Amino acid sequence: MAQISLPKNSEVNKGKYFKDKTGSKNIRKVNVYRWDPSTEENPRTDTYEVDMDNCPSKVLDILNKIKNEIDPTLAYRRSCAHGVCGSCAMNMGGKNGLACTKPHAEIDGDIDIYPLPHLKVKRDLIGDLDGLYKQYQSIEPWLKNNSSKETTEIFQSKEDRAKLDGAYECIMCACCSTSCPSYWWNGDKYLGPAVLLQAYRWIVDSRDDERKARLKKVADELKLYRCHTILNCTSACPKGLNPAKAIAEIKKMLATANV
Amino acid sequence: MSSYNIIDHEYDVVVLGAGGSGLRAAVGLSEAGLKTACISKVFPTRSHTSAAQGGISAALGNMGEDDWRWHMYDTVKGADWLGDQDSIEYLCKEAPKAVLELEKYGVPFSRTDEGKIYQRPFGGMTKNYGNGIVQRTCAAADRTGHAILHTLYGQALKHNTEFFIEYFALDLLMKDGECKGLIAWNLNDGTIHRFRAHTVIIATGGYGKVYYSATSAHTCTGDGNAMVLRAGLPLQDMEFVQFHPTGIYGHGTLISEGVRGEGGYLVNSKGERFMERYAPNAKDLASRDVVSRSMSIEINEGRGVGKDQDHVHLHLSHLDKSVIENRLPGITEAARLFANVDVTKEPIPVVPTVHYNMGGIPTNYKAEVLTVNGSEKTVPGLMAIGEAACVSVHGANRLGSNSLIDLVVFGRAAAKRAAELIKPGAPHEEIPETETQKCLDRFDKLRNAQGDNSTAELRLAMQKTMQSKCAVFRTEKNLEEGVNEIRKTYDGMDSISVKDRSLVFNTDLVETLEFDNLIRQAVTTVDSAYHRKESRGAHAREDYPNRDDKKFMQHTLAWCDGKDTKITYRPVHNSTLTNEVQYFPPQERVY
Repeated sequence: MAQISLPKNSEVNKGKYFKDKTGSKNIRKVNVYRWDPSTEENPRTDTYEVDMDNCPSKVLDILNKIKNEIDPTLAYRRSCAHGVCGSCAMNMGGKNGLACTKPHAEIDGDIDIYPLPHLKVKRDLIGDLDGLYKQYQSIEPWLKNNSSKETTEIFQSKEDRAKLDGAYECIMCACCSTSCPSYWWNGDKYLGPAVLLQAYRWIVDSRDDERKARLKKVADELKLYRCHTILNCTSACPKGLNPAKAIAEIKKMLATANV
Repeated sequence: MSSYNIIDHEYDVVVLGAGGSGLRAAVGLSEAGLKTACISKVFPTRSHTSAAQGGISAALGNMGEDDWRWHMYDTVKGADWLGDQDSIEYLCKEAPKAVLELEKYGVPFSRTDEGKIYQRPFGGMTKNYGNGIVQRTCAAADRTGHAILHTLYGQALKHNTEFFIEYFALDLLMKDGECKGLIAWNLNDGTIHRFRAHTVIIATGGYGKVYYSATSAHTCTGDGNAMVLRAGLPLQDMEFVQFHPTGIYGHGTLISEGVRGEGGYLVNSKGERFMERYAPNAKDLASRDVVSRSMSIEINEGRGVGKDQDHVHLHLSHLDKSVIENRLPGITEAARLFANVDVTKEPIPVVPTVHYNMGGIPTNYKAEVLTVNGSEKTVPGLMAIGEAACVSVHGANRLGSNSLIDLVVFGRAAAKRAAELIKPGAPHEEIPETETQKCLDRFDKLRNAQGDNSTAELRLAMQKTMQSKCAVFRTEKNLEEGVNEIRKTYDGMDSISVKDRSLVFNTDLVETLEFDNLIRQAVTTVDSAYHRKESRGAHAREDYPNRDDKKFMQHTLAWCDGKDTKITYRPVHNSTLTNEVQYFPPQERVY
């Protein structure tokens, strides 16, 4: 019988324990995934005792507090700190989200912080999104319009513009795609919810002349139809978007249109 | 001597930074057939352009009559006459073209009933040279920067721009006063890369993080500005730091001026719409420096709201629900997340918050970097665009929605100029190894720093100093204290500590290098502010309350070597670019 187990070097060990030094009475334990590719060591989870009396409300505030006051070696991405750049996407308390918008009060007990699931890890909480970015490029995310008039805009009605709402706001944080079991198993071929939402954004743009070609391009057993409407994507989206619906719309267009 | 393996690259042009201006330049350079590398410490769509909300200005005239000359007048006045009018003419005249180009790239602008690009009112934007409000700011709801950034990234992909993502730039490579390339550290695998280029275009954005409370991202550390200082070149007008009137109290998150553009207004603890007193005509849509100062006065005179009476309220619950839903969805979300406020029912607590650096790398309107050595000269091989640059179109105070247009107009101008100057594939000169070695020695020294002061502690000390000594209102005493205090923090670098010695995503070292960049800019900022003994735009001196055109109709130039600065001045350009418009002579600035 086949034995399925993780390779030895990917087992996550128990890591260091950083005891509180502030004497605070209001402590939470924060368990953080750590891995440094420049050492030969296995990944580990370090535990930090964090003084919550002097910590603002979001998970990113906890990480900043750890980095600034306890352990500067912790590596994570972060930038805008208000949910528009998409840098600090990670898995917190078992759910994907943006550390800068996720209130730590919403997590019960110890706070577990991991990289986005099922990505190669570059280091600590930094996941490798290169594959997803390549897939994004493959849907050709630019307007294809043959109008040559340079002196006016391409007109678009308010109704047509409204079709882009719920799609153009995507910040490419990858919370959705990395929460999708289909994407976990077939992430090399299935485009996943983030990229399909972007494909949809260009398909429904009334200014685009290549709608049919775009539809044809995603009409593929693996690229599109690996979506099995599990809907983790929609539940994970920190911007409240609905990638599952966009994928369903693409499927509907393909079923009803003559492509 | 430090020793690292170096991977060499050769490009016609290297663009440093992949925000709005860097991407726009990269697109233009690729179109021109120049071999282009675009280097960024973050993935392009993570750049801080994504945080721009309200819109991008251009006299399209979609919502009533407009004229680029009116836009120019407003910009000159907004800048409190410190802007160079040749550059401002170029900006405003090119703006409509640049916006239409963005629309054709696919930016999802909001629309009017006729299907044209929607434009909203914004602070300081007027018709007929200050006579009434005009709707000039083109918007994609309140996510205009996000929409533009993602669209420009798509265009760069279309043109097969070569990206070097999550590379942290260390220093410029200079030879006989000319820029020949740069050195960068690849965070992904820890390798060091040397890029030779005929032109380096710096598009690294602002340095808001020298302050404690800023709308700026964690990554807004002005790395390009600091590289320019280390290359022995000056920065310009660094004392002009814009405080945005409406950052969320306690958190600093930006609440767009678009809120006031759509009819929101500010209220003090007595329930007064106090802006009526300070700017009887424009009221809440006066320019940002005016509104921020008015708010600070209200707070200082005891009419602030809240337990500590240290902020004011921004009301928008009276607005039509559909306006809030369709045009201000992003700030609705931000207010809920960071102020716990339902904007349809309650006001948002706001306070003036550091937002934008008018100062930066001096350039002409072609984006070529300038220095003064006897007379004004361009620096061969070096350009700067976007918030990193000081063209100067924003002068002493930038108007809202003029930054996004600055990015694309001058991103485009830089690409055009580079295409004129560079022959694709021309051979590269040898650069002396000493330049590389100097750069790597600094890198290695910080990487192995074993002192007692953590980077986070020093950064906090710098931010607190800047926040308290170089804020909305400034005095001789305050600034002098700032000049001394910031040097103490600088000295703290002698004993800085870096705990992480690795090279792959060593963010401890990244932040230390960023701090090294920030502190130099903090020093030049506070020194420049100390020496400008007048009030102009965002630089408000309580001890010199008036503008002094006789002495200070000049750009400050500041060189900084460590903590030693040299301050000189160069005159503001007093002519326009063409005779399509007349020079606007200085006037008293009232809104």
